Amino acid sequence: MGLRGPKETLIRYFLFACAVTSIVILLLIVVFLFREGLPLFQEYGLGEFISGKYWYPTAEPPDFGILPLFLGSLWVTVGALLIAVPLGVGAAIYIAEVAPPQVRDLLKSLAELLAGIPSVVYGFFALVLVVPWVKDFFDLPIGKTALAASMILGVMALPTIISVAEDALTAVPKSFREASLALGATKWQTIRRVTVPAALSGISTAVILGAGRAVGETMTVLMVSGMSPIIPRTFLQPVRPMTATIAAEIGEAVWGGVHYHALFAIGIALFLFSFAINLIADWISQRYREVE
Amino acid sequence: MMSDTAAMETPPPMVETIIKVEDLNFYYGSFQALRHIPLEIPKTRVTAIIGPSGCGKSTFLKVLNRMFEIIPGARAEGKVLFWGRNILSREVDPVDLRRQIGMVFQKPNPFPKSIFENVAYGLRVNGKTSNLKERVEWALRRAALWDEVKDNLHRSAFELSGGQQQRLCIARALAVEPQVLLMDEPCSALDPLATAKIEDLIDQLKREYTVVIVTHNMQQAARVSDFAAVFLTGGELVEYDETKKIFENPKDKRVEDYITGKFG
Repeated sequence: MGLRGPKETLIRYFLFACAVTSIVILLLIVVFLFREGLPLFQEYGLGEFISGKYWYPTAEPPDFGILPLFLGSLWVTVGALLIAVPLGVGAAIYIAEVAPPQVRDLLKSLAELLAGIPSVVYGFFALVLVVPWVKDFFDLPIGKTALAASMILGVMALPTIISVAEDALTAVPKSFREASLALGATKWQTIRRVTVPAALSGISTAVILGAGRAVGETMTVLMVSGMSPIIPRTFLQPVRPMTATIAAEIGEAVWGGVHYHALFAIGIALFLFSFAINLIADWISQRYREVE
Repeated sequence: MMSDTAAMETPPPMVETIIKVEDLNFYYGSFQALRHIPLEIPKTRVTAIIGPSGCGKSTFLKVLNRMFEIIPGARAEGKVLFWGRNILSREVDPVDLRRQIGMVFQKPNPFPKSIFENVAYGLRVNGKTSNLKERVEWALRRAALWDEVKDNLHRSAFELSGGQQQRLCIARALAVEPQVLLMDEPCSALDPLATAKIEDLIDQLKREYTVVIVTHNMQQAARVSDFAAVFLTGGELVEYDETKKIFENPKDKRVEDYITGKFG
């Protein structure tokens, strides 16, 4: 059943143009990213960039070791997940399996509301409340730490994790639950042994998408992570994640200079990191569908 | 006149009653699905619940193991005495009850787990994990599935055919060692060959278990059951007797019409 008539043909070409334009714009951004990032390696070794422990872009000679920045991103992401996964998956289980219908609707709307708050507002909140709390509670000289960043990123990843995990749990066929209950399993046994395992791929996807949210977040970490380019040893140290580094330094980097290219190289690393996360998420949800 | 008194009748008391239903009314919200049902289910016999769709026969089955409780707004009134104890009472834990009254559903619904784990599931949640392998084998043999799956116990249950999946679900229910097995149109999703196997199995099972089977298939009810209860639309029990009598000499005109296929 193709579209017929000149008007339909016109609509078809218009929609095709929309699709092509969108894809081309996105592709051009990626091309640009690589075009601006790769020249760094003409002046600075790829090996040194990847494994270098120091990021001193304005020193003489400059150090462009991405390792502390990469680890900074990794630490705050892992920290965020440590907070967001138990909380988010627990909330999703409550919403999908336990809550009465009205409470379920209310909680789902609230989670969506949480997703609508701009990240700068989260950052502001963290700066005023979380950072002083971390400082006082752990008796630190400075509250801007990987922990503070992890805590607020964890909250920011919650809506994604809750909504994707809740969808996955809701998609588990009712017949599995019935079978389990009819065998004399309690509600909790049914959740733990049947519903959650059946939704596990979807829940993993939720976790990975949450991780993607945390990795890419910029404004909040810029405000609360402390921005020290050191290789973190504990969560109570300040860190300098990749995203925040780009945001903080792009203004002062000389257009077309080594520093400028180095920041784009970080962009490439970030892009590959996020891309890998999305591929894993796709792969897991694909496998999930095949099982159905 | 017959139709009014028929519902009061009980099967000839040659066999022990395991479940006695007294004046059962059932509601989905304000909709009444069952009206004043009396029924005595004999031990180690097959009792068929038959009737046209919407007559409440599946609902009736769900009352017997309190599975109706997972449906919002559903409520039962009256008495269901299982060995003399009213299972609708709040003091009866539905979890304990379901370990004694097992259920097999309309569509085979194995868990997305291995064949072994499907059967072991009920044992695990009941804490009966000693001799797990022996218990699983025992249940699979009971369900006439062992020979077909014994070499593939760790394969996914989804790889089995529909008929095998349904026998797996029966094995899963038997593993918990219930006294009663409720079957809700267990063959409606199966082909004739698989249906025949399940029917043979039901014949075997009634030596040790009480089976209550809901079916819309008259021939099946005639083949497998010892007693038959005919429900008609509106949620009333119209006639209850030995299956032979119901099919050969129904007392109620509506039952006769239903059985001979005039409606339904």
